[in-house]
Amino acid sequence: MGFILISLIILIGIASYFLGNLRAKNLRTSNQKNLKSLSHYYGYYVALWAVVPALLILLMITSFKSFFIEQYVLSDFIALGSYTETELSLLFTQIENTALGIKLFDENTILINGAVNKLNYINKTSENLTYVTVLGLSGLLVLYSLFNINNKLNSRKIVEKFLLVLYFTCSLVAIMTTVGIIFSLLYETLRFFSQVPITDFLFGLNWSPQRVFVREAGDLDTRDLANAFGAVPLFAGTFLIALIAMCVSVPVGLLTAIYMSEYASPKVRDWAKPIIEILAGIPTVVYGFFAALTVAPLVRDIGQGAGLTVSSESALAAGFVMGIMIIPFISSLSDDVIKSVPQSLREGSYAMGATKRETIVKVLLPAALPGIVGSFLLAVSRAIGETMIVVMAAGLNAKLTANPLDAATTITTQIVVILIGDQEFDSPKTQSAFALGLTLFVVTLALNFIALQVVKKYTERYD
Amino acid sequence: MTDRIEQRINSLNKRLNSEKRFRIYCIGAMSFALAWVLILFLNIFSSGYSAFYRTVIQVDVPFLNLIEDTTQFSEMSSEDINNLSMYSFSKKAIYGLFPDIEEKKDKKMLIRLFSIEFEQEIREFLKSNKSNINETETIYLTASDDVDQVNKGNYPRDLDEDKRRIKDIQLLFFDDLVDRGLVSYEFNLPFLMRGDSREPELAGVGGSIVGSLFTILVVLILSFPIGIFAAIYLEEFAPKNRVTDFIEININNLAAVPSIVFGLLGLGIILNTFGLPRSTPLVGGIVLSLMTLPTIIIATRASLRAVPPSIREGALAVGATKMQAVMHHVVPVAMPGALTGTIIGLAQALGETAPLLLIGMVAFVVDVPQTPLDASASLPVQVYLWSESAERGYVEKTSATIMMLLGFLILMNLAAVLIRRKFETKW
Repeated sequence: MGFILISLIILIGIASYFLGNLRAKNLRTSNQKNLKSLSHYYGYYVALWAVVPALLILLMITSFKSFFIEQYVLSDFIALGSYTETELSLLFTQIENTALGIKLFDENTILINGAVNKLNYINKTSENLTYVTVLGLSGLLVLYSLFNINNKLNSRKIVEKFLLVLYFTCSLVAIMTTVGIIFSLLYETLRFFSQVPITDFLFGLNWSPQRVFVREAGDLDTRDLANAFGAVPLFAGTFLIALIAMCVSVPVGLLTAIYMSEYASPKVRDWAKPIIEILAGIPTVVYGFFAALTVAPLVRDIGQGAGLTVSSESALAAGFVMGIMIIPFISSLSDDVIKSVPQSLREGSYAMGATKRETIVKVLLPAALPGIVGSFLLAVSRAIGETMIVVMAAGLNAKLTANPLDAATTITTQIVVILIGDQEFDSPKTQSAFALGLTLFVVTLALNFIALQVVKKYTERYD
Repeated sequence: MTDRIEQRINSLNKRLNSEKRFRIYCIGAMSFALAWVLILFLNIFSSGYSAFYRTVIQVDVPFLNLIEDTTQFSEMSSEDINNLSMYSFSKKAIYGLFPDIEEKKDKKMLIRLFSIEFEQEIREFLKSNKSNINETETIYLTASDDVDQVNKGNYPRDLDEDKRRIKDIQLLFFDDLVDRGLVSYEFNLPFLMRGDSREPELAGVGGSIVGSLFTILVVLILSFPIGIFAAIYLEEFAPKNRVTDFIEININNLAAVPSIVFGLLGLGIILNTFGLPRSTPLVGGIVLSLMTLPTIIIATRASLRAVPPSIREGALAVGATKMQAVMHHVVPVAMPGALTGTIIGLAQALGETAPLLLIGMVAFVVDVPQTPLDASASLPVQVYLWSESAERGYVEKTSATIMMLLGFLILMNLAAVLIRRKFETKW
């Protein structure tokens, strides 16, 4: 229904553009009236009146319709007064199913049948009513705006004002997204902390939310809650895997950047740089699959060959693959920073007889250090927020360990493990995922903020 | 004197040697990075290409046993054919491959060489060729996943029998069929067309391709206009004040927020507060648009900034309003850059998995979705789902799905590069 209606509104909009345009031209030629704007602006003016209010009304109707329909259909049951909220919504689903032809057993057949008839009736009527309201409104406003065209109306100003407001609203989406993120995270997190003390969450050593899940909500013990949500093992696992990733990506990324900016001929650079950047464009789920299926067994076999016990979900495998993923972030950022060191510093160093290596290590790197550190920090924030590699290749059970050959779990893994599938929103288990999300959000934002500050300081030095 | 010269030469050699070493380290690091690109692609391709063909086994089906006169089929409607009871008939047709088998257990093993939908396949054949069915027709039936993997050489035959999913007697049957030339390969069209399935040989990526297309479509419809309008406002109209600064800080921060946090936003606000339907490309598209908006805004702003001021001033000088100058002269010139940014943002959205897991796009969906409001998976989610399955057949399917995903990404990036090359004006 919505699709047809929207298409109709757009058709009316296009037609009314031509109507407005035509009427403005007619006024100009027949009445010798001196209109204030070009004719096509009157077309846009009429089209806006035709489309915008109609779409807004349609949006309002679709958002509130289901509520009123439910109230109307259930009015008999509500009048009985013996049903709770959840029972009513269950009833409504049942009525909907019956209307679709799925018969389920029930004692109140007469009432249900009555409600089904009501539902069919209201669905039909509300659909017709929506068509009439929206299209009627659109048509009325087209007529109104067509007759509104006269020599006092400056339609260009109105159209431009509308566009400006539209553009501004679009740019507000960024703020609304941030507010939405903070609101959704904070709301659930606060509910979580009302049941589990924040200190237990931040400093507890035991993470086993499934224990809370197994029991009935009625006999939850507060001591139980306290012991189930200690996030330290997750923080440690996240840190461990990010550390391994950095151990791979920092040397490789930095040396690659140095090679690209100082040694490579333009030709080598032209084909090597895009190839390395492919690594940044590959979806993370692909890395996850690669880590779980190829690298993890390899690491395990090598480890066992050396007489070590290696978990098949070792932190090493996940961290290593994550490190490969991060290489291009470090290499391309550091490359830019090293290249932007003024040429005079290089030439000065060569003039003193320094070799290339000495110039790089003793002159260029110290000069570019803040930018390079900035790129490291951005890479760390990437590694901490990375989800799919760890979900597929790292462990799922929280265990406090510093051994890279052991299975470790991360913040992001636990969010996915908790929230995948069906969730019940009143359980502290589900809410704990949002608390983890908030932690992640705050940490990555802080890292990015510091990184940007560091980079900014650097650019100030040479400009 | 010579001592000092020698010392100098020694120290110079040392410095030159360390210079050489350093250079080798650098080349080594770069080769390491390049090698992993190669390893990754080779690994995926070598394990994935075999999913694009499948094993079929030729079976002679004696339709005369089903009906006295095979011309009668032409008068039957599809409904009638659906109502025919064909199960034991189909089984008998398969027993016909080895007429000597008597034992019930062996017969069962023989049936297990085929996919569980063998009856359905014979029925479909009947439906599409009902006007000219001969007394006996040769039909290519899909082999079961185990046979398929053995035939492709992906499955170790020399394991102990109790560790294998395929039994000795089945291998005997299989080898005999190969000798008789009844086993062959066929292009795996069902893999591209069908939805997901619990049986690897019947599982396809069709559903998730359509799911991905719907998701990307929603992202395009939402994020392209919003991103470009926001960029135009911020670059051309925004006054220098606190609100503008705040918007800019927000956009830069959002670009750095981990994707899974957007999943939490989708779950908390879009699903629970607004009550949009779970598991659908619509919700997935909304979440991914919020995620890609910063990319599009930043790219569009950069290309707007690159338009020289002379264009704006020229338009203003001949009497255009600010809005006319921007919309008629600046934006068209900046459009290639904006399009490139949008395509790169869409590619990012296409490969994203984590937020979709949280809004329930991991449901097991057998049907190919018809609208963006049907539950569905997407390509990367399909990769995740299949990689969790134990069956051998899913490994090649997963790799093949990755190949298709990478193929789409390469096409999109190529398009972005081409647009940039062809339309971008250098000033």
